[in-house]
Amino acid sequence: MNRPSLRLRLAARGFDATTLLVLPGLAVMLALFVYPFAYGIVDSLMPREGAWYANYTRFFTDRFQFATIGATLWLALPVTIVNMALALPIAFRVRLMSRQRLLTTILVLPITLGTVFVADGLLTFLGPQGWFNRALILVGLLDAPVKLTNNYWGVFASLLITGFPFAFLLTLSYVTGIDPAIEQAAATLGAGPRQRFFRVFLPLLVPGLAVTFCLAFVQAFAVFPSAVLLGAPAGPTRVISIAAYQAAFEQYDHSMGSAIAIIMGLVELVVVVAVLGLRTLFYRGPAGGTKG
Amino acid sequence: MIRDQGLASKLWRFAVWALAGLFVLNLIGVMAAVVMNSFARRWLGTWLPAGWTTRWYFDAWSEFQLSSVVLVTFQVVFAVVLISGMIGVITAYALARRDFPGKRAVILLFLLPLLIPPLTYGIPLATVLYQIGLGGSFWGVVLINLVPSLPFVILVMIPFIEQIDPRIEAAARVFGAGTGSLFLRILLPLLLPGMLAALLLVLVRTIAMFELTFLIAGPTSQTLVVALYYAVFASGVRASQSIDAMAVVYMVTTLFWLVLALQFVSPTQIVARAKQQQAS
Repeated sequence: MNRPSLRLRLAARGFDATTLLVLPGLAVMLALFVYPFAYGIVDSLMPREGAWYANYTRFFTDRFQFATIGATLWLALPVTIVNMALALPIAFRVRLMSRQRLLTTILVLPITLGTVFVADGLLTFLGPQGWFNRALILVGLLDAPVKLTNNYWGVFASLLITGFPFAFLLTLSYVTGIDPAIEQAAATLGAGPRQRFFRVFLPLLVPGLAVTFCLAFVQAFAVFPSAVLLGAPAGPTRVISIAAYQAAFEQYDHSMGSAIAIIMGLVELVVVVAVLGLRTLFYRGPAGGTKG
Repeated sequence: MIRDQGLASKLWRFAVWALAGLFVLNLIGVMAAVVMNSFARRWLGTWLPAGWTTRWYFDAWSEFQLSSVVLVTFQVVFAVVLISGMIGVITAYALARRDFPGKRAVILLFLLPLLIPPLTYGIPLATVLYQIGLGGSFWGVVLINLVPSLPFVILVMIPFIEQIDPRIEAAARVFGAGTGSLFLRILLPLLLPGMLAALLLVLVRTIAMFELTFLIAGPTSQTLVVALYYAVFASGVRASQSIDAMAVVYMVTTLFWLVLALQFVSPTQIVARAKQQQAS
């Protein structure tokens, strides 16, 4: 008996004319993402002068450059933790609301408007004569306006304004994904609100919260326009993306720029892997009722 | 739903709502400050501006050459939406309908640009684009914006296509539909709601995409958000009202499309890419 034709054998494994439709998309990604990424890695290993690793040694021996990692983490980690700490209880309340649409629509505004617009608005809003300082003085919390722009707190505020809604909307989609019957069962069996949260909801939510934390962290870690506009880009908020941008487009050293960009990706990867690794410590068996 | 009646629960509930209310209040304050300043004749050291005027809009429109910036923005955004939409839907169709070896790797490849900070792949990509002479050009901006938008379309479309019953296509084949008419008369009408949602989301995201556009945009290929960044960056040069007038133009442009998009998608969908990740 003859073997089936090549076409039939391929089709049996899932390769036929329809599968080929994946090619245009794949080609675009290979040309615009994989190739430039590989090019960047090779480029970073071919510095203007010195040995192949010269860019990396230059980055890690120059305090001005090296300190950007700490500055970025010092912004991104606290902001992400604050955002998550706010998002979780508020999402738990909003879950019980019948009409969430108005609130979610308002909260999606800063995400869609983007950091540049938020930074522009915060410059007025948080300024010494802005409404924020005025309101605090009116209430009596302050005697004189505090400086909240062109320093660490300006960038912190901008990451809060865009980052909290992001963390909140993601958390909300996880929280509403939990079957309400589970909570009712726990309440029927006599669990108080605290017990229901810590013993029932939290274990079910940990995987989702870990993913939310990672995505929120990635956003905060990549902070760029607001660190320039609202921060002190030469001082405490000189984040790593500023260093990468300056190397590549102000000193025209694209080799060094690529090197810093790759270091940036690696540092972020370390945090993400650590968080996802911690998640597996918490994880105990299948978390029925959610996507798991 | 269970509602607890104890005092501690009530206090806790109040505290949580107060926090949420404070956040929304501040958020509205930030946006209102921009709008109010753009209409202010003078605004120094008072709660509200001293007088109202619309002249800053005329100023900003000519100073920042907004007519050409707005035109370029729409050209860029529609080019990105069209290209990523066409290629994305085709690719998503293949990924939704077929299982083949290496599919997981392909999906991972489409996930990566959404997980890596834009500058990490943007700087090498911009370097390559400058070297082939696309730096500062219209097509350079379009190409760099395709990197996040194409995966976004694909990841939104895959679950949407998966829920369309393949037997509908089979039935059309049985009744003698060719590939062309199968696509035009069966698939396209079924896909249209999903495509509309995905493309509107890409549109909103591309208008606001700063980091990547900023790396490659030249004087003639600036989008609104990049022009706004430069204006705020050099804020001592122009009146702050003029900059805020431009910010309002940007805000109205974005909000117009956002309102349109929200007719077809829920607000959570704008951020909820985590769900698709888990599904893969």
